[in-house]
Amino acid sequence: MTAGLLIIGASYAGMQLADAARAKGYAGPITLLGDEAAAPYQRPPLSKGLLLGKQTPEGLTIRAPAYFEEQRIALRLQSTAVAIDRGARQVTLHNGEVLAYEWLVLATGARSRPLQVPGGDLPGVHGLRSLDDALAIDAMARSARRVCVIGGGFIGLETASALRTRGLDVDVIEAGAQLLGRVVPPEISEHFARLHAQQGVQLHCGASVQALQAGPDGRVAAVLLADGRRLACDAVVVGIGVLANDELAQAAGLPCEQGVLVDACGRTPDPWVLAAGDCARFPNPYGADPAQPLRLESIQAANDLARAAASVIAGQPAPYQAVPWFWSDQYASKLQIAGLGLPGDARVLRGSPDEGRFSLFLLRAGRVVCVHSINRPAEHLLARKLIESRVQASAAALADPDFALKSLLDSSPAAAPRA
Amino acid sequence: MPAIHYLLQDGSTRTIDAPLGRSVMEVAILNNVRGIDAECGGCCSCATCHVYVDEAFMARLPAPDEMEEELLEGVASERRSGSRLSCQIVIDAALDGLTVQVPARQS
Repeated sequence: MTAGLLIIGASYAGMQLADAARAKGYAGPITLLGDEAAAPYQRPPLSKGLLLGKQTPEGLTIRAPAYFEEQRIALRLQSTAVAIDRGARQVTLHNGEVLAYEWLVLATGARSRPLQVPGGDLPGVHGLRSLDDALAIDAMARSARRVCVIGGGFIGLETASALRTRGLDVDVIEAGAQLLGRVVPPEISEHFARLHAQQGVQLHCGASVQALQAGPDGRVAAVLLADGRRLACDAVVVGIGVLANDELAQAAGLPCEQGVLVDACGRTPDPWVLAAGDCARFPNPYGADPAQPLRLESIQAANDLARAAASVIAGQPAPYQAVPWFWSDQYASKLQIAGLGLPGDARVLRGSPDEGRFSLFLLRAGRVVCVHSINRPAEHLLARKLIESRVQASAAALADPDFALKSLLDSSPAAAPRA
Repeated sequence: MPAIHYLLQDGSTRTIDAPLGRSVMEVAILNNVRGIDAECGGCCSCATCHVYVDEAFMARLPAPDEMEEELLEGVASERRSGSRLSCQIVIDAALDGLTVQVPARQS
């Protein structure tokens, strides 16, 4: 068999890469290696619809078996790559099997950051990354009464939202001063703090976890905080960020900085090795410093960098150029983020936080660089275009509910926003 | 299983026997129907699974909720009276024979 395109990782980046390489005309063999037992599946519902019982595991499958046959993509599940020999262009699997490649793509993703405190790995402590993780939390929620969620980021808060909706008592413990502190401005953080408090979630911000304590049965029974408080619980869900799976790349001598370093086409310095998805760090045209490589943990970034990498494999390199976007669903609130903001950006509110429907525009040097929208999906879609067009906009216009945002996309001077 | 007809951009039609309970979007992606992107995986967040539903079936579908209604304002191709997000159309027996047309572009 000729050595073809070998993709390590069968989630969004790997799946998109295989599909895009075929669609762009790559005719060689394609092998997609996944280390889980399940064929590629949708992950956002793991912390949302699946935990709420609205979606089934079977309903998450992205592609039917016939798709893989039709596209001549060999999907190999429960296959873990353990070493790369770039000189020989070979990858060794966990079972000793050796696969040759023409092109190699690292789409190895990321894993949950472990909670490194005494008791951090007790039975009853969950992470949430994979389908198996979500099914374990679902099973736990059938009998648990009270759960401590450690980490007030997206995964922690979405899980808290689902568990609370199911009627469990939930404590959220966040080390930072505000929820979602790393990624959102205070107005958005406050919205979610209010929302969770209204729903009866106990929030503990600025609280650091000292240890987890086991009960008589050896399972986790309490979280001990540094200020001496003890929160009793039946289970713990940890969502304190992820670590890029870049060890294979490191061992193969590829440059890594908490992620595999690649260019805007997903290329490593090795002309036959590319990377995409959560494991990749790449220069983003919408970053504060476009030359500074960023690692974005999102489906959008995984898909768009995978398409760029596939374009290299198909012989027509087209770099990543999409506006980054993200979303999170908690209770009846849908947060959508377009672009990348910085703490120093000017903030302009449009809409009503009291009604739970608003957008927060972030401006840098007079241009819209990032927009956070709560239950304003039309504004979110428009925001992506505004950011892409790098339009100038005045704060007064953006805040005015009667001002038509669409007019900003018209380049004629007559359509310039009123000051 | 209800048959769903997808009218594609090249003028051809793909007919798929769809399992009950999946969405028109999911069935399209599972079966490699080109022209429905569904970047958000069906969470009603991205408006890239836009389709034009055949007039005859419009009345059999529940009306779009507020979120879908807003997203439809932002679809990349022209919005028409039959415009829907296919991730929000759950297949049941009454939809046997449903025809949806894929728009010119999704983004």
